[in-house]
Amino acid sequence: MIRLALLRILGALPNLIGVIVITFLLTRALPGDPAAYFAGQSASSEAVEQIRSKLGLDRPMPEQFVAYVRDLAQGNLGESLSTGQSVATEIASRLPASLELTLVALLLAVSIALPLGVMAAVRKGSWIDQFARLVTTAGVSLPVFFTGLLLTWLLYFKLGWAPSPIGRLDPSFSPPAQVTGLYLIDALIARDLPLWWASVKQLALPAVTMALFVLAPIARMTRASMLAVLSSDFVRTARALGLRGPTVLVRYALRNALLPVVTTLGMVFSFLLGSNVLVEKVFAWPGIGSFAIESLTAADYAPVQGFVLTMGLLYVLLNLAIDLAYLLIDPRVALEA
Amino acid sequence: MSAVMLGQPTRMSHLRHVVTDNPVTLVAAALFVLIVVVALFGPWLAPFDPMASDTSQALAAPSRLHPFGTDSLGRDLLSRCIVAARLDLLLAVSAVALSFVIGATLGAAAGFFGGWFDRIVSRVADTIMAFPLFVLAMGIIAALGNTLANIVIATAIINLPFYIRLARAEANVRRSAGFVESARLAGNSEWSVLMRHVFPNLLPPMAVQVSLNMGWAMLNAAGLSFIGLGVRPPTPEWGIMVAEGAQYIVSGEWWVALFPGACLMLAVFAFNLLGDALRDLLDPRMRT
Amino acid sequence: MNPTASTASTASRPVLSIDDLSLEFRTRSGTVRALDHVSLSVGRGEIVGLVGESGSGKSVLCHALLGLSDRAARITGGAMYFDGIDLLAASERELQDLRGREIGMVFQNPRAALNPIRQIGRQLEDVLRRHGAIRSQDLRERAIASLREVAIADPQKRWHAYPFELSGGMCQRVMIALAMSASPRLLICDEPTTGLDVTTQAAVLNLIRERSRANQVATLLITHDLTLAADFCDRVVVMHAGHVVETAPTARLFSAPRHPYTGALIGATPAGRADIDALVPIAGGLPDLRREDLPACRFIERCTRPVAACAGGLRHVSVTSTEDFACANPLPLP
Repeated sequence: MIRLALLRILGALPNLIGVIVITFLLTRALPGDPAAYFAGQSASSEAVEQIRSKLGLDRPMPEQFVAYVRDLAQGNLGESLSTGQSVATEIASRLPASLELTLVALLLAVSIALPLGVMAAVRKGSWIDQFARLVTTAGVSLPVFFTGLLLTWLLYFKLGWAPSPIGRLDPSFSPPAQVTGLYLIDALIARDLPLWWASVKQLALPAVTMALFVLAPIARMTRASMLAVLSSDFVRTARALGLRGPTVLVRYALRNALLPVVTTLGMVFSFLLGSNVLVEKVFAWPGIGSFAIESLTAADYAPVQGFVLTMGLLYVLLNLAIDLAYLLIDPRVALEA
Repeated sequence: MSAVMLGQPTRMSHLRHVVTDNPVTLVAAALFVLIVVVALFGPWLAPFDPMASDTSQALAAPSRLHPFGTDSLGRDLLSRCIVAARLDLLLAVSAVALSFVIGATLGAAAGFFGGWFDRIVSRVADTIMAFPLFVLAMGIIAALGNTLANIVIATAIINLPFYIRLARAEANVRRSAGFVESARLAGNSEWSVLMRHVFPNLLPPMAVQVSLNMGWAMLNAAGLSFIGLGVRPPTPEWGIMVAEGAQYIVSGEWWVALFPGACLMLAVFAFNLLGDALRDLLDPRMRT
Repeated sequence: MNPTASTASTASRPVLSIDDLSLEFRTRSGTVRALDHVSLSVGRGEIVGLVGESGSGKSVLCHALLGLSDRAARITGGAMYFDGIDLLAASERELQDLRGREIGMVFQNPRAALNPIRQIGRQLEDVLRRHGAIRSQDLRERAIASLREVAIADPQKRWHAYPFELSGGMCQRVMIALAMSASPRLLICDEPTTGLDVTTQAAVLNLIRERSRANQVATLLITHDLTLAADFCDRVVVMHAGHVVETAPTARLFSAPRHPYTGALIGATPAGRADIDALVPIAGGLPDLRREDLPACRFIERCTRPVAACAGGLRHVSVTSTEDFACANPLPLP
C-alpha cells in the first residue's frame, strides 16, 4: 500500500515538472521584449535594462531556467507592478478567499449531484430522471458568468434575498481574526455568529453559481455509474439472497458506484478552478482569480504567471490527493501491487 | 447460433429511432440550423446597424422597436447579438478545426507508430492536462498577446489533449487489424497505411468529439472575452457584451447582459445536443 | 402465506411447481416469446436437471421464479407455486422474504456475482443477519461455520478475503454458502460450473449434492452440459426454444430418449464417445422467437423426422406423472 502510494507520488512528479517548465516558457514566450513587459509600459529604457539584468533576461535559456527554479524554491515569484508587493505575498494573502469559495462550491455541488444522480438511476425514466438529464445537459451549456449574473439579477435585484455582490463581507463587518483564512471557519472559532452569517450570505450566490456549473458532470457520472452497478451481477445476487432494498442500495450498489465518481473529481476540479476566475470577476470576490484579471488588464504580467503557476501546482496536488484517496477506498488496487 | 439475436437495425431505421425516441434531437437540429443561418447572414438580418450608437436611446428596455433593448451607447442589442453570432461561431470553429487537425494527426501517429514519438506526444498531452484548462488559456494569451488570433490558438491548445488521446487510442486498436495488415502486405509505406487506411476509420468517433467540443470551445472563447482578453470594444461578441452589461445588473437593466448570455447559452446547448445525437447515431454504446 | 391443501398431501406435494408458464419480453425489435406453456416440478430432496442450449429459456425461467426478471418481461399465462404459495400473486415484500430464506439461488460466474469490494465474511453476515434471528456477537461465528460447511480451508482467515483474492471454485463455494445459509427448502443453481475447470466442477457439484441431500432440499440444477446432468440429477427436464420438450428420470432419458431434440443432444455430447467424428451436431439454430409465424413445435425446422401431425399443434404425451414428452413422432424405444 505504501509502495503504491509512493508510486502515485512519483507519477505526479512529471506533471509537476511540466507545470514549472510550461510556466517558465510562458514568461519567456512574450512577443517582443520580455524585459519591457516586466518593466511596464511607462518604464524608461534604463528601467527596462535594469529589469533585464535584474531578472537575468540577458542570460542563455538554460541558465534562466535554473534561476527560475531557484527563485521558485525560495518562494520568489517576482513583483507586481500595480501593487508593488511581491507576487508571492499577494497570492498567499488572496488564496484563502479562492479556496473557501471553491471548497464550498464543491460541497454544494456534491451534496446535490450525488443524490440526484442516484435517484435518477434508481427511478430510471421517471420525472426525476428526466429532470436530472435536463440539469446535466443544460448545466454543461450554461456559461458560468451568465449564470452568476442571472442569479444576481433574480435573487438580489428582483427578490432582494441575496446581498449585494461586493465581495466577501458587507463593509459594516470586519473580517475575523485570521486562523485559516476561511471566514466561515474563522468566524466560528471566534464564536461570532452574526459575522459567520454575514459571511455565509455573501458566499451564497458565488458558491451556488460555481456549484451549478460542476453539478452536471458529477450527476451524470453518478447516474451512469449507478445504472451500471444496479444491473450488475452482484446486485442481482444480493436481491436474490433476499437482502432488503436499502441494504442493497447502500452497501452493494452505492459504494461500488461511487468509485468511478471519485475518479471524475479530477475533471471536476479543472472546471472548478477554471470557473473560479470568472465567478470572482462577477462577484468582485478578492481571490487570486480577480487578482490575475486585474493584473492582466493592467498589463502587469508577473502576477499572471504566478497565478498560472499556483493554479497548476494546486491542480497537480489535488489530482494526487484524489489518486491517494482512491487507493484507500478501493481494495482492488492491491491487484496491481 | 444460439441466443435470441436482436437483428442488427439498419442505419436508416436507427436514425429514425434516434430522432423519434428523443424529440429534443429535432429541437437541437433546428437550433443548430438557426444559428448557422444567423451566423452566415447576420449583417443582412440585423434590423439596425450594430455599431450605430444613439445615446438618447441608451439603456432602453426591450420594446417593439428594440426587442432586446439597447446598451449603454444606445446600440440595438438584437442587431449586436445577431452579428456577434458570426464571430463567436468563427472563433469556436477555427479553434476546434485547428485542434482537430493537429491533435488527430499527432495522436494517430503516436498510437500507430508508438515508441519515443508516442512518449513525447503523450507527455505533451499530459502536461497540458496538468493545468486547469481555462487558466492555461489565460496564461497563453498573456504570453502571446491580446489578439483574436491568440484566442483561437489558446483555445486550440487546451483542446489538443482530447483529440490526441482519442486518436491515439483508436489508432492503437487498429494498428494490427486485418485490413491494416493487408494494406502493409500490399507494399504501402507505414505512413501511407496510417493516412489512407487508419485515419478515415477514426473519423466517426472523432466527429462526436468535435461536436461536443464545439460547445465547450465557444464557452472558453466567450469566457476569455468576458475577462477582457482578445476581443476589444466596439466589436460585438457575446462574451464581451455580457461583460459590458454586467455592471448594469445591479441597477436593474438586465437585458444588456442577459440577452447576449442567453444567445451564447442557446448556441452551446444546440451544439451539445447535436453532439449527443451524433453519438447516439454513430455509437450508442457510448451513451451515458 | 396462502392457505393450502391438507397435511396429508403436503408430504407429496412438490416444493416447486411450475404450471403452463408463458413469458414474453417486449423489445424494440419485437416481442420475444421466451417461455411457452412451460411446466415442471421439483420435489423435496430431489435434484432435477434443466438442460438445453444457450437461449432456450433456462435462465429466464429461474429469474422469473424469484421475481427478478428484466423490466421488459411479462408473464402471459400459467402459474408458479412454491410449496403452495402462488409466486405470481405474491407482493414484492413477500418475495423478498422468500428469497434467500426459503429459496436459495446460486449463479454462474461466481466472481462477478459477489460484491467485489466487500469482504466475503461480511457478505455472509449480511445474509445471515437478514434471515436469521442471530445475535450480533454470534454472526461472525456463524459466518465462519458456513465457510467451513462448504469446505473452505482456514475459514477464519478467509473471512477477510475479497472475491478477487479467491479462485473461481472458492467463489462458487462462497455463493453456495450464501444461498444455503438460511437453510432454504428450494435451491436453484443456474449453470454453477460454467467457467470452472473440470476438477473444480466435480467438486462444486458434489458439494451441492451433499448439502441438498443432507437437508432434503429440492434442487433445480440448470446446465447446458448433459454429462453433468447425467451424473448428478435424479430427473432431467429438456428445454428447447422456450418449450419443455421432455421430462424423464435420468437413467431413462439417456437410455431411451423419446424427443428427437433429446436424442440429438445426446448424440452431440462428447462424453463416452470414441472419437470426435462420432459427434453429430444439431443442424440449424434456435428459431427467432420474435416471429409472428412461430410454428407450434419450435423444433420442427431442425427436426430430422417431422410428420404431418407436427404442424397441427404441440402434442404432449404423458407417460407417467414424472415422465412426458412433446412430440408427435417420438424416437422409437430401443
